[in-house]
Amino acid sequence: MAQQHEVQLKPLTLPGSGAIPPVQHAGLGLAAFVRRFPVGSGGALVLVLVAFLAIAAPLVSRYDPTQVQLRECKALPSWSHPLGTDYEGRDILTRLIYGGRVSSAVSILAVVLGTTIGAFWGVASAYIGGRCDILSQRLLEIGMAFPPLILTMVLVVGMGAGLWAVVIAIGVTRLPFGVRVVRAVALSVKELPYVDAATAIGASHLRIILQHITPQCVAAYLVLITTQLGVAIVIEASLGFLGVGIPPPTPTWGNMMGGAVANVLIPHWPLVVFPGLTITVVVLAFNFFGDAIRDACDPRLRSSSKGLPRGT
Amino acid sequence: MAQYILRRVLLSIPALIGVTVVIFVALRVMPGDPVSVMFGTQATKIRPEDRAKIEADLGLSLPLIVQYGKWLQDIASGKLGRSFWRGDTVVDLIVQRGPLTVEIAVMAIILSWVVGVPVGILSALRQNTPLDYVVRFFTVLFLAIPSFWLGAMMVLALLLWRDYAPPLGVINLWDDPMQNLQVVWGPALVLGLAISAYIARMTRSGLLEIIREDYIRTARAKGLREGAVVLKHAFRNASLPIITLSGALFGLLLSGTVVVEQAFNVPGLGKAMVEAFVMLDYAVVQNLVLLYGVVFVVLNLLIDISYAWLDPRIHYT
Repeated sequence: MAQQHEVQLKPLTLPGSGAIPPVQHAGLGLAAFVRRFPVGSGGALVLVLVAFLAIAAPLVSRYDPTQVQLRECKALPSWSHPLGTDYEGRDILTRLIYGGRVSSAVSILAVVLGTTIGAFWGVASAYIGGRCDILSQRLLEIGMAFPPLILTMVLVVGMGAGLWAVVIAIGVTRLPFGVRVVRAVALSVKELPYVDAATAIGASHLRIILQHITPQCVAAYLVLITTQLGVAIVIEASLGFLGVGIPPPTPTWGNMMGGAVANVLIPHWPLVVFPGLTITVVVLAFNFFGDAIRDACDPRLRSSSKGLPRGT
Repeated sequence: MAQYILRRVLLSIPALIGVTVVIFVALRVMPGDPVSVMFGTQATKIRPEDRAKIEADLGLSLPLIVQYGKWLQDIASGKLGRSFWRGDTVVDLIVQRGPLTVEIAVMAIILSWVVGVPVGILSALRQNTPLDYVVRFFTVLFLAIPSFWLGAMMVLALLLWRDYAPPLGVINLWDDPMQNLQVVWGPALVLGLAISAYIARMTRSGLLEIIREDYIRTARAKGLREGAVVLKHAFRNASLPIITLSGALFGLLLSGTVVVEQAFNVPGLGKAMVEAFVMLDYAVVQNLVLLYGVVFVVLNLLIDISYAWLDPRIHYT
């Protein structure tokens, strides 16, 4: 009995990282967030704008994204076509807005799918441990043995190009990151005394995993998702650019540019400049917002993810 | 040490076998049937007996396990099959087009270190000065710009303003060095800059931590020249995380060559692979993807070994 009391009175410590800092108020208000992370808020604003345009695409665009108008082809920017038209005479701005629908839906679905499955895999692997954990590490090494873009291409081609093929293929390449990050958190949480306490009062394994360990991993999971979204956008765009992603005429930011440079002697410049510019701005916004979220959620994550490339 | 190397080599064998399984499952087992894709919209017009003949020709009618076994056998004997529409063998393809890709990759790595490390060091030493801000701005920018866009923009700018296009075709370094450099410098520059952004950021953040350590103060206190303090004491320790990072950067590099070759229209291995993907040239796809996987695994193995060799604190377990 006396020993148990002693265990409870010990300050909570994470193995190897010293005492846990006092829990900060998780709900950093909107105004406080903007004041602390002006750049990250700017990123968020851009993302909100992109999301708004994607959702309201039919309302904000004047043209049909897929209707061919050969008489208007290869127009330069003008009042009627602010960013010009492509080889088939379709308005580039309209296609960028509709492309934003596809590109962001694919990236978000892929990242959420891959990271979520990866997160549960990571928690389970950390909790069960032993041979199971080693085996799962070996399995993931296989996934990490491909350059990510190339693995994505093989999977897309294997499944037959289409929206879901691209979502699943990108999701698969994001999965190991989810496992690795969440497993690391779960491994340290698993050793905390309150988990022993739960075991002692006879909680089932499933209950311990879902009620006691998983909630501790949520911060890392959310941070990971925001940082991976920019990567997913770039992978999706690269696939489109290479001509193995979602096939035209459905517009995506990548395949608009891919069509502009493939089999053409002199590319139509607006078709190269604007889609690429859009991708860059959106990726920048995701990176800024992701960094702010990371710092706001958990400053300790900073050192571990600092400088690590985010994939592609 | 020898034991450690042996262990790492043995451990990478299951990963390589896994790579072959993933490729095979992706291309053969998943829905998506090669014959229909080969013929595209015309596929429905193929008569059943013709289809059976084509499948038998491609070895697709054998049981999957047998097909897989045959493929492994082919890899072991160096017969990688031939492209179904090009007519040349995959080995020819690799020999002809590989050198360009290797050249681009090597130049990009050299460039990324030559640019990334000094820039990172300068930025750390002049923390919070205008120079540091400029460096950080460009690092953040280059982390976000997709290399295929930068490449396409360079091609476009040269075309529209200088009326210049790099020579087309496979031109090897040993045949015509000047022409070859014209083909290769663009992709290498774009890729090198993209990677140097990661290296600069890592160098900067690593150095910022180390430069506050006691042993750096000691080195300065005993009157060591600043150059020696930075290069010998600080950078040596800051370089270890950069080497760890190289593993992930090699993935970026290998994916990057594919994209950049497409942007610059350079006929390297990456472009050959993309063409094979678009044409669904299965023999080429599966063997080239395997090649990229093997190269990636071997590079990561070398990094692990060099890391253990550079950092005496690592136990060879």
